[in-house]
Amino acid sequence: MTTRGSMQKQTVFQSRLLPYLLVAPQLAVVLIFFYWPAVQAVIQSFLVQDAFGLSTTFVWFDNYRDLLAEPGYFNAIVRTFVFSFLIALSSLSAALLLAVMADKPLRAGPFYRTMLIWPYAIAPPVVGVLWVFMLNPSLGILAHGLRAMGFDWNPLLDGTQAAGLIILAAAWKQISYNFLFFLAGLQAIPSSVIEAAAIDGARPARRFWTIIFPLLSPTIFFLIVVNIVYAFFDTFGIIDTMTRGGPAKATETLVYKVYQDGLLGGNLGGSAAQSVILMVIVIGLTAIQFRFVERKVNY
Amino acid sequence: MANVVLRNVRKTYPGGVEAIKGVDFEVGDGQFCVLVGPSGCGKSTLLRMVAGLETITGGEIDIGGRVVNEVEPAERDIAMVFQNYALYPHMSVYNNMAYGLRNRGMAKGEIDTRVREAAQILEIMPMLERKPRQLSGGQRQRVAMGRAIVRQPKVFLFDEPLSNLDAKLRIAMRVEIRKLQRRLNTTSIYVTHDQLEAMTLADILVVMNGGLVEQIGNPLEIYKKPATTFVASFIGAPPMNLIPLQGADANLAGAGSGAGILGIRPEDLVIANEPAPPGGVSLDLIVEAIEQVGAETYVYGVRSRQGETPTVSAKPGELPPGEILVRVPGQSGPAIGERIRAVAARDKLHLFSADGRKRVDS
Repeated sequence: MTTRGSMQKQTVFQSRLLPYLLVAPQLAVVLIFFYWPAVQAVIQSFLVQDAFGLSTTFVWFDNYRDLLAEPGYFNAIVRTFVFSFLIALSSLSAALLLAVMADKPLRAGPFYRTMLIWPYAIAPPVVGVLWVFMLNPSLGILAHGLRAMGFDWNPLLDGTQAAGLIILAAAWKQISYNFLFFLAGLQAIPSSVIEAAAIDGARPARRFWTIIFPLLSPTIFFLIVVNIVYAFFDTFGIIDTMTRGGPAKATETLVYKVYQDGLLGGNLGGSAAQSVILMVIVIGLTAIQFRFVERKVNY
Repeated sequence: MANVVLRNVRKTYPGGVEAIKGVDFEVGDGQFCVLVGPSGCGKSTLLRMVAGLETITGGEIDIGGRVVNEVEPAERDIAMVFQNYALYPHMSVYNNMAYGLRNRGMAKGEIDTRVREAAQILEIMPMLERKPRQLSGGQRQRVAMGRAIVRQPKVFLFDEPLSNLDAKLRIAMRVEIRKLQRRLNTTSIYVTHDQLEAMTLADILVVMNGGLVEQIGNPLEIYKKPATTFVASFIGAPPMNLIPLQGADANLAGAGSGAGILGIRPEDLVIANEPAPPGGVSLDLIVEAIEQVGAETYVYGVRSRQGETPTVSAKPGELPPGEILVRVPGQSGPAIGERIRAVAARDKLHLFSADGRKRVDS
């Protein structure tokens, strides 16, 4: 008892083992489900297996070299970035517009707000199935309408239309999440600041661009990173249910290619190399996000 | 330069709650009007209606001869200083002040002149490039004032601008606001719940309670002749003693004339040995508590008459029933438990009707 100072604020464990035991379950989960597969992927990316899985050869960076030499891989990178950009842009703008409208003092405001958040609870594959049904060239109700308007709608054959379909569904799914953050961001702006701007002669549009938008910028930066990560990885379910990467690889993103080459194509080494590259991209994005979040952007 | 006229102004919220129940008053050109009242009395709502931030559901508000009921805040030519300052956090002090001028399309050179002039007056020149978060509360307050004065509006509106400052700074800023207003000679409406601020700043004082105006007038007139017991207990600190004239007290003031409540300010009671002068009042008290504040002493006493217990209940801001406060200059006062007699002259008595809504002496 004498060694324990009365000024001590932190908890002192009598046993040296106890703290380790307490964090062990969490550590086990992280190690088994995150680090172990990651290490496996890195190891795998240096190996080549024959078609029957009978022999494995260590090939250093051959898998990476082959990958970067493959024009399909380069296309997938460009495609993924274009998809991410368009998904983030359309989803963020739609969500911001909705949040600004829902933040107004409306009679049924709480109802609208709740309804706008619900779609977030829908799993990506279900989103995919929903949109597939609505836009299926032969059964879809929206496809029917599009053709009635004289638009030659067939995402099963037209790669651009298929890409548009993926972007639409993926962006739609993410609107709720973005909406929630934008709404919270808007509500954090003191109403007196907006009122002061109104008295200062700023019309609503000017008020939005000179006061509200700059004050939302931390939220916007945060959401851009989150949306890009989402577009990179979580769109897998949507792509798999809607287009399976087709037609003619028009909707094959990096993540979908990992799955196609590895699980379907049997090229485990090449697929592992792709995973490692994706891992590096995510680490980069996370680093950017932390820097922005910690700096609290511009004011 | 403009006057502000309110004609039977009303505000009823969609839920049916009536916040303002018909208010009339006029603020003359260049005058400083203070709206004072307890929280929830509607004074801030009324100010926001003048600003155009709340709709007017009845009556008319007239600024400089133009009815502004349907006019946007930006078009009313007013400037407002908010309780929390409402500075634009992402803009420098300079841009905070220039924003309203840029929105109106003023030339760059003219904006610069005006901003620097205002900064000079308010002594915030060295802070022009700083962001609001780098400023102290008092400096933010100055920026908020600067933002109002660069616009050179017809009317200044102040919504409890000093309540976020500490006591010392509040007094200093109060004096500055008054000096600034005199210098610019701009019509001003100022909302506060602090009766001292109200007394010291106002040319015209409007005392509000429950969405209605209790009394309008010059601060000293109101102090000398409060129209209702509410005003009597709200204006002046410590509050006026209010004694219900019933039972043995009925003849206390010697006035039958429909009076139900007798009011005497603590500073008008004098501790004396002789009986009250003709027409005056004398109260026999047992001292219960003493408060020394340096320049003066507050003596709290209860009536020492036998066989009677006071039956009124205290309203907020009033003394507990039966308790009488006497304000004695200096530090000399009686001791606790001592029996004293406090007297007041005839001209120091305030007589009100029994419901407290009307003054019945002249």
